[in-house]
Amino acid sequence: MKRLVILGAGTAGTIAANKMRRKLKKDEWDITIVEQAPLHDYQPGYLFMAFGRQRIRQIRRPVPRLLPRGVTLISGSVESLNRDEKTVVLADQTVVPYDYLVIATGVSPRPDQTPGMGGGQWGKSIHSFYTFDDALALKEKLATWEGGRLVMHVTEMPIKCPVAPLEFSLLADSFFRRRGMRDKVSITFVTPLPGAFTRPIAAATLGDLLGSRDIAVEPDFMIERIDEDTHALVSYDEREVPFDLLVTVPVNMGADFVGLSGLGDDLNLVEVDKGTMLSTKDDSIFALGDATNIPTSKAGAVAHFQMDLFVDIFLRHLAGKEAEEEYDGHAICFVESGGGKGLLLDFNYETEPLPGSFPFPLIGPLRLLKESRINHWSKLAFRYVYWMLLLPGRYIPMSAHLSLWGKKRPKTA
Amino acid sequence: MPTQNMLGREIHVDDEGFLTEPDEWDEALGAELAKQIDIEMTDRHWEVVRFLRADFSERGETATTRRVDSVGGFSVKEQFALFPKKPAKKMAYVAGLPKPHGCV
Repeated sequence: MKRLVILGAGTAGTIAANKMRRKLKKDEWDITIVEQAPLHDYQPGYLFMAFGRQRIRQIRRPVPRLLPRGVTLISGSVESLNRDEKTVVLADQTVVPYDYLVIATGVSPRPDQTPGMGGGQWGKSIHSFYTFDDALALKEKLATWEGGRLVMHVTEMPIKCPVAPLEFSLLADSFFRRRGMRDKVSITFVTPLPGAFTRPIAAATLGDLLGSRDIAVEPDFMIERIDEDTHALVSYDEREVPFDLLVTVPVNMGADFVGLSGLGDDLNLVEVDKGTMLSTKDDSIFALGDATNIPTSKAGAVAHFQMDLFVDIFLRHLAGKEAEEEYDGHAICFVESGGGKGLLLDFNYETEPLPGSFPFPLIGPLRLLKESRINHWSKLAFRYVYWMLLLPGRYIPMSAHLSLWGKKRPKTA
Repeated sequence: MPTQNMLGREIHVDDEGFLTEPDEWDEALGAELAKQIDIEMTDRHWEVVRFLRADFSERGETATTRRVDSVGGFSVKEQFALFPKKPAKKMAYVAGLPKPHGCV
């Protein structure tokens, strides 16, 4: 028997377990998945949760229920890899041998990496919404907050779901308007990027959207520390942004064992070939989803599109053949813009988000890079798609590759 | 792809003036690029630029600010002092390398 071991049962790991079990013969392959958390969260739900608009049972499910029969689940966290012996060592010293390894342990927010962030103010004047507990704490804070200077801050790229901080700012604007207290709240969006998003045309559209909602943008802000006494972000070029309530996205880092194994870069992201997701240092190790260093967004859609191609890439690799179809960095993001509307972005390594229609060129029904109600409803509906179709690895009518057909590049970007 | 004439040579650059062919670079050109963005090169500047060049030839991508700190040993604070305001962009520009892509 050959052994495939998947580390992490998040979006990428769970889809991988489901798809690989269907494709790899049960009398030839053992499949094992290692996960420390008992529950799998639908992470886009955290953002809505912070505004009290998502019930907890809608976004959490027990991990075992999402895995197929014929996959062994080991509960535990990974301590180290022994690549010479091809084993994974868990925190309780269990040794898990593999022939092929898939790393899908994602990234985690690391407030400890910025001086003043993870200290006594965490959960008081400093909040976040990238874990279940943080989203819950922020929900309680927002429910009783009396107003003041709200700052939405991104520490360093890359982060999970790079549009979520924008969505938070726009939803906060709606939230405080509905409560009749928008005049008591100033909102500032602080980013290390030169603008609202990573690619120019979307950055312009999204920047206009922020401006129209009276949200100030502080670009090119590389944070050095948070001054806990004066309650201000301090940048390396000595700018200060004071806050009463800070909602931050801490540095996102891959798992520590990735750094220790020598497979990772300086953020513990696995260095892989961006078309095949094969480690550049070990040809029996692949990485999927957020855990890799590929230059596209860290988002569930990326894990999904990768997995449309990965089974084939994996099987051809076993047979010593080149991949037939490589991953092109395709990602989509719904951007919730408040007031019951949303935008949709569709892009890849080479092509930035452009206006057009999705998933069917010219027909839609969704409009790209433009606010609409149907985009908002699609975002809400996506939760069902996630549980019912995406995680089990069933067919969804979206191409793994980006289509340029029907997309329009504005003349002046 | 646009080209630019510098030091009597045709240099391939992108829309923002970053070199697209890192092999067209030498230190004389680096000094010229630094002049264009008002940076006076000291020995310390050259140490940073040489680190970036060496790291790029090994890994095929431009080191991020974080990497110039953790691997190169130049603190982020010092990078800001040497290449004010936008060190990541300016370091890559002077070293004749593509903009680092921390940004997706």
